[in-house]
Amino acid sequence: MTRRLAIAIVSLSLLLLVLIRASTGAMANPFNDPRALGSWTAAFLTLCMLSFLYGDNPFFRFAEHVFVGVSAAYWMIMAFWRAIVPNLLGNLAPEIPAALFGMDLPLDVPLGRRLVYAVPLVLGLLLLARFLPRGRTLSTWALAFTVGTTAGLRLVSYLVSDFMAQISNSLQPLVVMRDGGFAAGPTISAVILTGGLICSLAYFYFSRERQGALGVASRIGIWVLMVTFGAGFGFTVMGRVALLVGRVEFLLRDWLGLI
Amino acid sequence: MQRAVPFAITFVTAWVLLWAVVVPPIDQIREEFVLFFDILAAFAFLLGGASLLGRHGRKIRRRARGWGYSAACLGAFLLTLGLGLLKVGGEGGLAGSVTAEGSALGWIYEYVFGPCDASLISLLAFYVASASFRAFRVRNTEATVMLVTAFIVLLGRTFLGGVATDWLPEQLAPLKIPNLVQWIMSVPVTAGNRAIMIGIALGIISTSLKVMLGIDRTYLGEDA
Amino acid sequence: MSPRPQPEVEGVTGRRVIYALMLLAVIAPMVWRISFKERPSAMTRDIFAAIEALPPGARVVLAYDFDPASEPEMKPMGDAFSRHLALKQARIFYLTLWPLGQGEIDMVTRRLLAIEYPEYRYGTDYVNLGFMSGNEGVISVAMTDLKKGFSTDVHNASTGTGGGLPIMRGIDNLRNMDLIVDVAAGYPGLREWIQYAAVPGGIPIIGGSVAVKSPELFPYVPAQCLGILAGLKGAAEYEQLLVDRYPHLDRPESRVALERMGPQTVAHLVVMLLIIAGNVIHITRRRRGVEAA
Repeated sequence: MTRRLAIAIVSLSLLLLVLIRASTGAMANPFNDPRALGSWTAAFLTLCMLSFLYGDNPFFRFAEHVFVGVSAAYWMIMAFWRAIVPNLLGNLAPEIPAALFGMDLPLDVPLGRRLVYAVPLVLGLLLLARFLPRGRTLSTWALAFTVGTTAGLRLVSYLVSDFMAQISNSLQPLVVMRDGGFAAGPTISAVILTGGLICSLAYFYFSRERQGALGVASRIGIWVLMVTFGAGFGFTVMGRVALLVGRVEFLLRDWLGLI
Repeated sequence: MQRAVPFAITFVTAWVLLWAVVVPPIDQIREEFVLFFDILAAFAFLLGGASLLGRHGRKIRRRARGWGYSAACLGAFLLTLGLGLLKVGGEGGLAGSVTAEGSALGWIYEYVFGPCDASLISLLAFYVASASFRAFRVRNTEATVMLVTAFIVLLGRTFLGGVATDWLPEQLAPLKIPNLVQWIMSVPVTAGNRAIMIGIALGIISTSLKVMLGIDRTYLGEDA
Repeated sequence: MSPRPQPEVEGVTGRRVIYALMLLAVIAPMVWRISFKERPSAMTRDIFAAIEALPPGARVVLAYDFDPASEPEMKPMGDAFSRHLALKQARIFYLTLWPLGQGEIDMVTRRLLAIEYPEYRYGTDYVNLGFMSGNEGVISVAMTDLKKGFSTDVHNASTGTGGGLPIMRGIDNLRNMDLIVDVAAGYPGLREWIQYAAVPGGIPIIGGSVAVKSPELFPYVPAQCLGILAGLKGAAEYEQLLVDRYPHLDRPESRVALERMGPQTVAHLVVMLLIIAGNVIHITRRRRGVEAA
């Protein structure tokens, strides 16, 4: 009874607020202006999503399913118009998009190049073949190409940028001299940075029992990682709160016109 | 044949990309392979949409529990797809931008997709607050270190961080919260994240090598 | 004697009280327009100085790698960068690796550049290359041939023929760029731009990142990345520098992140108080449990 009463009070208060704002002309008329209709639609969907805070309910589920449907369609449309038409058809048969859609694409593509671009067409069709009764096996060929490309790209990039470059960045003087004299602050920072890195790496070494020097280094490494995770938590809170601020700002400013 | 062909494709593709770094003449082949990859990624989006169509379509056909929501999902999917593929409403028609000024897809992006996406994610702010209250417990020294760092960062990333320690003399400037946050991020946090980054890089290098050499074939599914 | 019933601080009611507190923490500063002047950090100043030092006509890639979910943090950053680059008369190449990023670029080009900088001509001073699928593969291709990766702009004008897009003349690949600015919310994003463009090509790069991802990216600074704006705070600091340097920008549209820092500050305080309250309740209960035993 209390729960239903609370829901009723909140809903009626919101309705009252909206009616008051609408009657004073502070809110745009959704029947006159597509942007106003959009604001009201956006507000409705926002409130549906936020209603999940109280618990799963039909409004939330409706908005969630609409979101999933629109999202899938949007991604398909972008893939078609931004990648398949200009990059695949544009190399395979540019006359087709030029004639059908009036797109400005170079038509003088050599035959050799056109034949080469039959390969991604075939691979793409193989990928879609997984919907056919025996298509799963064929679709693994396309998947294998994706996996191979990803493996080849990432091996080099992670080796150079995340492994070698990070080690190189860490090789810095541990005794810092500035303006001809010893700089205590930067020296301490450099020692902590390098020492902290080595100790954190020691913590992730599980092939030996943590005794002696390795044990001490692991212990220090845990402390460094705790500082890292504490900062990560702080930044995570900041990030999540900012997202809520944006939504509330939309409701109060763009929809209700309160601020 | 079932395993050999996919493995051969993976092997050739990966090694071409690897060797292109040290053998410039095959860089042209590398570039084409990556272009093919970009196009294949677009086909994967089509796959996702088709999969959604199939799943929710089956649910509607069988009148399974919650089929009404599936109908809403498919309705939104087909409507958006139609409006977007035909570039309804936008200036330039089929030759123009898919999200052109005044287009139906642009309206859907701004007033349907955007608000849903943003609102769903904004729920996390409430959950992080709830989790902070219920789960962040100072049980030991390490947790205390984590908590203190979190507090310094939370304060330091706002105006209050600067105001709270403004009164400190210049000799103690490094202890002012904004400076402390700057130091924490550039020294211990960088050390910790760098260690994690190096570890992840080693993991990715090893996984990539296992895939390239055919030691790891889990991506081929149960047939492998 | 039966024990006194414990308050339901961890049950469903307790959770809803916390949600209400958070909502109030965000609404109240907004309604009362609580905002503060930001003190930009050294890293933000470095980023600002790097763009401030750009000569007119500098070629800059501005990648909008985010979606509406991250818009509250990322859009103010992207807008601030767009304004600054326009003021420096840079030639801006907008592109994105996220399908939903194209909508974000559309908004900045139509509602910011076209309105605030009408002298900025599309095709000559800036171009919208839109979205391309392939994640880091796109960057890899663009490093050797930008026009193969982005064969048309969003209006389907060919980048290769160059007739309709004078800005693309003389551009072969990303190595022709003077600066890359990536405003990114995750994968693919700043890490990929650093790995596949900045490091192999030696191209200077500046980043803007969501707060959640920022700590992971700080190890790249300063050797591989000039600097990173982290979250809403970073955006607010940059807006403050922009407003201080260009006073004519001191208007609501250019102070979005600055205005949002008010609710942000109060919400941070609420979270800190919740953590303290949770621990106090926990310690009190533990002591009562020990005493009862």
